[in-house]
Amino acid sequence: MRALAWHGKHDVRVDTVDDPEIINPRDCIIKVTATAICGSDLHLYDNYIPTMQAGDILGHEFMGEVVEVGAKSTLKKGQKVVVPFTIACGSCYHCGKHQYSACDNGLPADNQDIAQELYGQPMAGLFGYSHMTGGYAGGQAEYVRVPFSDVGPIVIPDGVDDEKVLFLSDILPTGWMAAENAQIEPGDTVAVWGCGPVGLFAVQSAFLMGAERVIAIDHFPHRLELAKRFGAETINYEESAVYEALMVMTGGIGPDAVIDSVGLEAHGFFVDNVLDQIKASTFLGTDRAHSIRQAIIACRKGGRVSMPAVYGGFIDKFPLGALMEKGLTLKTGQTHVQHYMPALLNAIMEGKIDTTFLISHRMDLEDAPKGYDMFKNNQNEVTKVVLKPGFN
Amino acid sequence: MTDKKTDHTDDAPPTTWKKGDALAESAIPGEQGNSLVARAVTINRPVGEVFAYFRDFANLPTFMENVERIDILDAKRSHWVVKAPAGKTVEWDAVVTEEAQDSVIAWTSEPGADVANSGRVEFRDAGARGTVVTATIAYDPPAGIVGKLIAKLFQREPAIQARRDLRRFKQLMETGEIATAAMTRKQHEEEMA
Repeated sequence: MRALAWHGKHDVRVDTVDDPEIINPRDCIIKVTATAICGSDLHLYDNYIPTMQAGDILGHEFMGEVVEVGAKSTLKKGQKVVVPFTIACGSCYHCGKHQYSACDNGLPADNQDIAQELYGQPMAGLFGYSHMTGGYAGGQAEYVRVPFSDVGPIVIPDGVDDEKVLFLSDILPTGWMAAENAQIEPGDTVAVWGCGPVGLFAVQSAFLMGAERVIAIDHFPHRLELAKRFGAETINYEESAVYEALMVMTGGIGPDAVIDSVGLEAHGFFVDNVLDQIKASTFLGTDRAHSIRQAIIACRKGGRVSMPAVYGGFIDKFPLGALMEKGLTLKTGQTHVQHYMPALLNAIMEGKIDTTFLISHRMDLEDAPKGYDMFKNNQNEVTKVVLKPGFN
Repeated sequence: MTDKKTDHTDDAPPTTWKKGDALAESAIPGEQGNSLVARAVTINRPVGEVFAYFRDFANLPTFMENVERIDILDAKRSHWVVKAPAGKTVEWDAVVTEEAQDSVIAWTSEPGADVANSGRVEFRDAGARGTVVTATIAYDPPAGIVGKLIAKLFQREPAIQARRDLRRFKQLMETGEIATAAMTRKQHEEEMA
């Protein structure tokens, strides 16, 4: 099959590789019909993430048609499914509590060591995102082996356009969980840092959960324009002072809830020694965590801090005092995708959530390297690239 | 009050002690070697089911990566064949030294073993959380040719290997399979070899 493989910094290629096969009884194989490039894929592209190996197949936002099933899969050939980016077993204690991204069994046993050392306990597996998260081949390919297919993929009704449901795989549930973690009450003012896909879905979700006002913060004019389309007020941090603006806009109170969907993604999953190396050679360690610091300082007393943004290692100068003294609640975590998919599919089918507005470019899988280059170098215009095998 | 022999006052398991003679306090009967490792895992299945699977030693190679096969000789004794470098194997007979239904199983290698070792695995009903399995292994630390064999036997070090084997046991009991990122059956076989 053809698949987008990582070969090094800014070097991704569409290679011909072996087709995936059923290995475990709960597996299925899907033929990919649509897959997207995620902002976090750019960190692999930029070679920020350790434990990548040449030839690793990327992609964790994908959907397709079931073409083969293992003995214990509950799917049927021909079904259209969207696959969660988190690989979770559905049988362990955490899955039982719907904490799917904390699944005990999603990672191969040997790959659990790094997370165990870095975080204290291993997390779920992820598709197409380095060997630290399992080394699973990703979805920017013609075919994918999907483990635990009896509990992961959600079946899409016939006749629904791929583009409407593709983002159930990651960014829509991530934006939704971000708003849920902000514990929004009717009448709230919610501030959202970052108007990438997750931030924009968080804006929509916050309104659906009863927020009276949402204030969106970014520096890309086009992305702020999209936030405005959903009813958000905007702050462009290159034009205005964010804390001061928020305080005036909220009558000196501060937002009731703050959502950081910017984060320190370039730092995701770093182990100690790599982190030290990076901190020694750059100022990322203190600069890129600006959004979470600003969010905590701006948040009103007794308010809620939601952090969907990916932080992998350690940050300096974290305002722990403000968090404690103001009595803030901090909620965060990798998305429990499987938990949110059914309700969000319904919301899409009922027209309550708009997903397709995000897609700025559609390309053939063969053109994926061009898609990465465009996405990296023009984040204002390129909001989402969707790849389709056989599109041309 | 401090315990004279160990000078320990807390409730931490002996295998986690920073000082004191953990081996002397360990509950492994007939233990061999002078190094000790313990790992615990909680498995979301009933204790009866978890114990029964483990007690049938013929099942152990399904999740113990380096154990090629275990032949059951009689109710107490088994013959272990373990992978070693260069396609060779090391072997020993093990005898069960302690057993209580749904609670504990312990074994030790018999004289003449290629690699002397002993182990004790406890099973505890953890209610809604399933079963807590705690494995304690005593072994001789690597040295010379035996060290090479042991290094292979335990991959890097026994602490890591025991942890990985327990994770695979948990995966098998909870999900019915062992997680792998392999794309093809050939690749999977190579990983297992």
